[in-house]
Amino acid sequence: MISFSMPASRTHPLAEVPTSPSVDQTGVEERVARFKTRSIKENAKMGALELILSMIDLTTLEGMDTPAKVRQLCAKAMHLHDELPGLPQVAAICVYPTLVGTARNALTGSGIKVASVATGFPSGQMPLKLRLAETRSAVSEGADEVDMVISRGRFLRGEYTYTYDEIAAVKQACGDAHLKVILETGELQTLDNVRRASDIALYAGGDFIKTSTGKVQPSATMEVTLVMLQALRDFYRRTGQIRGMKPAGGISTAKLAISYLVMLRETLGQDWLTPRLFRFGASRLANDVLLQIAKQRTGVYQSADYFSEA
Amino acid sequence: MAKKKKPTLNFATDWSYAPAPESTDHVTIENRYDLFIGGKFVPPSKGNYFNTINPATEKRLSSVAEAEKTDVNRAVKAARTAYDKYWSKLTATERGKYIFRIARVLQERAREFAVIESLDGGKPIRESRDIDVPLAAAHFFYYAGWADKLEYAFPGRTAEPVGVAGQVIPWNFPLLMAAWKIAPALAAGNTVVLKPAETTPLTALKLAELLRDIDLPPGVVNIVTGAGNTGAALVNHPGIDKIAFTGSTAVGKIIQKAVAGTDKKYTLELGGKAANIVFEDAAIDQAVEGIVNGIFFNQGHVCCAGSRLFVQESIHDELIDRLKDRMETLIVGDPLDKNTDIGAINSKMQLKRINAYLKIGTAEGAELYQSACAVPEKGYWCRPTLFLNASQSHRIVQEEIFGPVLAVQTFRTVDEAISKANNTPFGLSAGVWSDKGAKVFKVSNQMRAGVVWANTFNKFDPSSPFGGYKESGVGREGGVHGLLPYVRLT
Repeated sequence: MISFSMPASRTHPLAEVPTSPSVDQTGVEERVARFKTRSIKENAKMGALELILSMIDLTTLEGMDTPAKVRQLCAKAMHLHDELPGLPQVAAICVYPTLVGTARNALTGSGIKVASVATGFPSGQMPLKLRLAETRSAVSEGADEVDMVISRGRFLRGEYTYTYDEIAAVKQACGDAHLKVILETGELQTLDNVRRASDIALYAGGDFIKTSTGKVQPSATMEVTLVMLQALRDFYRRTGQIRGMKPAGGISTAKLAISYLVMLRETLGQDWLTPRLFRFGASRLANDVLLQIAKQRTGVYQSADYFSEA
Repeated sequence: MAKKKKPTLNFATDWSYAPAPESTDHVTIENRYDLFIGGKFVPPSKGNYFNTINPATEKRLSSVAEAEKTDVNRAVKAARTAYDKYWSKLTATERGKYIFRIARVLQERAREFAVIESLDGGKPIRESRDIDVPLAAAHFFYYAGWADKLEYAFPGRTAEPVGVAGQVIPWNFPLLMAAWKIAPALAAGNTVVLKPAETTPLTALKLAELLRDIDLPPGVVNIVTGAGNTGAALVNHPGIDKIAFTGSTAVGKIIQKAVAGTDKKYTLELGGKAANIVFEDAAIDQAVEGIVNGIFFNQGHVCCAGSRLFVQESIHDELIDRLKDRMETLIVGDPLDKNTDIGAINSKMQLKRINAYLKIGTAEGAELYQSACAVPEKGYWCRPTLFLNASQSHRIVQEEIFGPVLAVQTFRTVDEAISKANNTPFGLSAGVWSDKGAKVFKVSNQMRAGVVWANTFNKFDPSSPFGGYKESGVGREGGVHGLLPYVRLT
């Protein structure tokens, strides 16, 4: 049992987490610029586009979401663009907890996972016991994956043991469901903080680390994603455990998504080039990827009206 | 307890990049190039030509005239006439306009220059496109601005041009070095005879075409191609007022002897063996990137390359793991492919030299590590290379290899790092990596090197002076300092 009022102490598991290395923002930006200069063409481009489709967590997270809207989303997930046979399906759909049941039913038999945001998404400003209850509720409704948010206020105050404990507690509440830990990097201010939060999330048991809720600007950037991938790499090197990454928000074009794949490939290599370990949280990305696939197959760009909305 | 297998990353991925070659359709390379003297291309007096080849394919690109003594003489005369008749009579503003025009047209034709630079020299198109050519244009822009502002460069003094400058440039940055040399010379009111390197003459000759096309007065810039003899004829010519040389320390010493007792001004930009020092508090991933840029940029054919790595002991293993991972993702191959990170070694001779050092280092007891990447069969290639456990007494640490070969040593204390870094006959550049500002300043100030980069490496800007300590050279190029060798102050 973890006590949440416990002060930082030597016996706290956080003491076992290695000191996070410092991060140089300028150096990160330069490295990212270089990923973007990779020229991805022909077969490599087609391979990338299909891989990206398979990595998408198709997302709707609006206050005005309805069961009908979610059913539409699920239909899109299962029928991305039937005109083009042989396409992979997206990895998951991502919704609010109240809509998990709807999604679960709509996706029956499809193999597509249901992810639910939880823990007072997007701000996390809610008593922990309610956040845990929400997590358990989402899982009992049938969520395969839970996307939690950390309490950024507590983190920015330097209460790292709190951050560690809340993640560990949500992980416990998840049971068998996979836990993605949203750091909301747009509120963490520095890449040093992004790195520290990533390390805490990984050592506290997060199966994935995720950049953003999509409700705060900036959402995912290649810079923060690179720092998080480096945290995953170092965690793997130290513990032998492989964990996943999900940039979310702001990745709406195939071109940008390909740059993310280049970065993933050159930072973590083969083992991570799978939807099991890398996801794009996105609502608009799929159709741009489909547009590009259609272009690759037919040689011409088609109007957006030929691709169904979700 | 059984030893656990160390977790490793696998960069032999199912998804990799398809070839993405830059097109060469828009590029014209003549079958033969003459000497550019007095604003015209003229054949060499003895009619000798030599081939310039593409080091990535070993195929001939063109033939280039070999300038004899008499040709050099003609070129110097043309430069003198141009100086007396036009260039020294022109107002500074008009002079500046010509240099601005060079910069603008170079920008407009950037793609063509970049492709030819990569074809002739083997450097990746990513670098010629993003660094060499834009930076060359930037140098012309920068010095064009100084042309009519010399009185502000040297307040209270009058800056007169020196006369005719003889300039000899190396094969590692052919166009960029031409720009470094020509731009300040012209801005200060001098005329020029330039000799490009024999393995990479094409972009200089293309530049000659450009100068002709923009109507630069004939003879203001003359370009004579050839090997060592041509260079010697130029350096020894009595009609030269100022020598600017970039190249090896050995040749630099010969030049220094040759000009002793004459009133020729000279600047020498020579070899280097830069220390790149990484402290335990550095941002380690960004330091790895800086190490890669430091030594693998332009196949390591860089006088200021960070070829000696000093890593604080406490982070050595971790850093080397990451460096090896990073090296696995470096793509060696076709210089014209947009994804190529490391292109072809510039010449057969240079490859031989590098390979000799690989043997020497191994024999000296350093541990050789190379990335696993495949290299093409034809052409001259060297995979990115580390020598681990090197020491100050090894030749691979003391001598300039001029290839993608990094000698790695460790240190324990700040003083030890400083002492080892300075323990070299060279002193062109250095790198310091630390998250602590005070440490960065303390260490940088104690580096006996002309350029010290903090938390970065191999960054160039026309406004920043560049030059060496000790055997790395004499004088500074770039910035206001770069004007000084081209003026007489009264």
